[in-house]
Amino acid sequence: MEADIVCVGFGPASGGFLTTLARGILNPDGSTAVESGVAPGMPLQVMCYERADDLGFGVSGVVTRARGIRESFPELDPAEIPMAAPVASEKILYLLDPVGASRRPALMRLADVAIRALGPVLRVKDDAMELPWTPEFLEKHGGLVLSMGQFTQWVAQQVMGTGAAQIWPGSPVGEAIIEAGGVAGVRLVDQGVAKDGKPSDGFMPGMEVRAPLTVVADGPVGPIGQQLDRAFGIPEGHHTHDWALGMKFVVDLPETCDLEPGTVLHTLGYPEPEIFGFFYVHPNRVASMGIFVPSWFDSPARTAYRYLQHWMLHPAIWRHIKGGRLRSWGAKTLQESGRRGEPRLAGNGFARIGEGSGSTNVLTNSGVDEAWTTGVILAEGVLELLKEKKPFTAANLESAYVARRRASWVDKDGRIAERGRDGFQRGIIPGMIGMMLAGLTKGLVAMPGKPMPPHQRVKTLEEYYRGRIAPDEIRAIRKESDAKGISAHAALMERAGWPQIPFDGELLVSHQDALLIGGKVQAPAGYADHVEFLYPSDCGTCDSKICVEMCSGQAIYPGENGLPAFDREKCVHCGACLWNCASANPDDPERGRINFHAGAGGLHSAEN
Amino acid sequence: MPEYQIVVCGSIVPDPLQTLEPISGPTGPALKNEMMLPAWLDPWAGHALFEAANLASKNPGSKVWLVALGPKAKLQQVMMTLAQKVPFELVALDGPAGGFTDASETAAALAEAIQAIPGLDRSRLLVFGGWESASRGAGATMQIVGEILGITDQFQGVDEIVIEAGGALRILERIEGGRHQVSLCDAPPALLGWATGNLPEPRNNPQVGMANMRTIMPALQKAKPAKVGADGLTFSSVAVPKQARDTKIVKDLPADQIAAEIVEWITNK
Repeated sequence: MEADIVCVGFGPASGGFLTTLARGILNPDGSTAVESGVAPGMPLQVMCYERADDLGFGVSGVVTRARGIRESFPELDPAEIPMAAPVASEKILYLLDPVGASRRPALMRLADVAIRALGPVLRVKDDAMELPWTPEFLEKHGGLVLSMGQFTQWVAQQVMGTGAAQIWPGSPVGEAIIEAGGVAGVRLVDQGVAKDGKPSDGFMPGMEVRAPLTVVADGPVGPIGQQLDRAFGIPEGHHTHDWALGMKFVVDLPETCDLEPGTVLHTLGYPEPEIFGFFYVHPNRVASMGIFVPSWFDSPARTAYRYLQHWMLHPAIWRHIKGGRLRSWGAKTLQESGRRGEPRLAGNGFARIGEGSGSTNVLTNSGVDEAWTTGVILAEGVLELLKEKKPFTAANLESAYVARRRASWVDKDGRIAERGRDGFQRGIIPGMIGMMLAGLTKGLVAMPGKPMPPHQRVKTLEEYYRGRIAPDEIRAIRKESDAKGISAHAALMERAGWPQIPFDGELLVSHQDALLIGGKVQAPAGYADHVEFLYPSDCGTCDSKICVEMCSGQAIYPGENGLPAFDREKCVHCGACLWNCASANPDDPERGRINFHAGAGGLHSAEN
Repeated sequence: MPEYQIVVCGSIVPDPLQTLEPISGPTGPALKNEMMLPAWLDPWAGHALFEAANLASKNPGSKVWLVALGPKAKLQQVMMTLAQKVPFELVALDGPAGGFTDASETAAALAEAIQAIPGLDRSRLLVFGGWESASRGAGATMQIVGEILGITDQFQGVDEIVIEAGGALRILERIEGGRHQVSLCDAPPALLGWATGNLPEPRNNPQVGMANMRTIMPALQKAKPAKVGADGLTFSSVAVPKQARDTKIVKDLPADQIAAEIVEWITNK
């Protein structure tokens, strides 16, 4: 099959790209301004293939300055978009540890004692202190609280309503067609195959969709982006060593909650110092809330779900949500290397946009607006080339897209942010100081730190729990968990002092119930497993099994002989397994030993 | 070879596992956040559509229409997935699909839309639909559509249709005891309310999707509003069954053990 432009993935970057492109390839009366090169006489044939089962599934809620989004929609009325609200207030809360299990550095413990002692003066309430000031670089005033699921669905309706592009969900792209040093289109995944990818009932080989331009917007863990990185390399000095997992609940707030729509809370300090929290209030008494677990949190038993529950139970959060009800749940990986994770942005026949193109600003903690804007910038360049009838060569895309991007605020702000988080490589306190320095000096000064691939820095269980749990006991817990086919973090955390979660069936629910009630996770039959253990026999010698612990959906679990196994029906496609492996890949020391391919299924909620 | 004109009636329903909460809205009962709930073609109608496409593919010259009633924005969403499955031409009606509609009003709207399809030939017409509905369990809609269209050969709970050598339709309908009643229908027009049929869900085919899109977007743009609300109806109460979740995911459990656990669960209640 042939198209003029094929787009991989539909998120904010593709939204910006297709919105802008659609306006440029149609005349005001809806007629065609740019004719198709592959189907003469027809309008430009623009296809976008999205992996998830529907548009807007599996993306996350955000607060954004919405600078680029508002430029695209100057008359935007947030009321048009379900769950959208203008930012009304913004606070940062420092959370003290109410249970005594958090692993805080000595300096932080000392600070906690002082804060508690000065409680009335510092307006400490519910074991939390509101910071008197939000640094300007973190502020989102004038921005929007959004459900990305609802926002992307709204954008898709606008784009498809023009008839200028087709956006197809349930269509994972298996690989880019790489020919003659460039990209000539994509091949969709095979259907009607067994778990191992071998043909089965109703086999249908993945269709090739050839196009002069392939736009890669498949996010931070997208398989096409990974393939291009392997094929063409990434610029010298760039890396994707820093990651985080964002996990969230969407909650129906109780009647007693008086938070206004547009309220934004950021938290730090708890449940572990390395874990940050967020709380965004949507209209109609709904809130998105969750935590970020970064790759520089060196616990080999790190788990987003369990920590999220402890965060929700913190008195400063719980007072707002007690009596509420889980509506939706989800998780996604974030590329936290920012501009230093920027790959080759363009080559012969391809261009990259969005989070996977290194657009995230790691200082302002902002990615959606930046991703959107990279899509807009590419569309402007593509329209220029189309109108000048120039081919999509590396040189032409370099001048039409990359040069525009270099001149944009996304790139300028990305450079300021580039070193902003390096301090976290040395700990939470140097990290916080480093962020402040970088933010206040516009990137001139930053705390030094050398980002390392996650597998190079994650500790063993014995190292991490030294002084808290004896090695013999750790081995016994691991053995028991392996025998039960479950992760070990719950037993380890409880042994280290974390209380059990008092399930209420409404808001505090088991991980499995979060999958079913919140995520509505499903997996269509006939697709291959998209998580692949590259050296499965070696996994037996792995002490930490961090892939099991960090799996957002309990889809990776201890299988036969304790070796990790994968259950596609529970996978939410967060991509955490890609960066949560404790061993380097012998063929590529930058990577772990797990491959994350394109796959169908996952979350069936568009409220995230 | 007979060239059939197969019209499939099918609406949309919330995607499985969604939490449904009836509320009283300004225009009567509705589902909370209905427009935000992911939707899919009603599975009963889905079987009908896939069977229709299969029948059409075996009888060249045949054509399939899908007459769908639902909120236009949600229909557009569902079509982006459904359109990749099988070839059809969409006839869209803009109206509520939350389940709080009257079967006769819905049937009247569907029948009117069918009658408005240009070039429809009753001697080739097969009307397909779901025997049941995942949102409207009355099972009456398709029968009323048939009545309005004057189609007297109606079959409900259909699992199979075979075209005999002389062109007669051999139809298997479900009856009690897990058996089928076999009927022979001389010729169209006929109305078939499908049970599950025998076909698996077709794979996603991008070429089929592209071809379908040529008619889908125009059909959505000119979708007429359908008056199938709850006007004049009074719902004394609306609720979903109380449920207590106690999720356990176990695979390959023997049927006896599953049955024993269900019995234990019921008796403990």
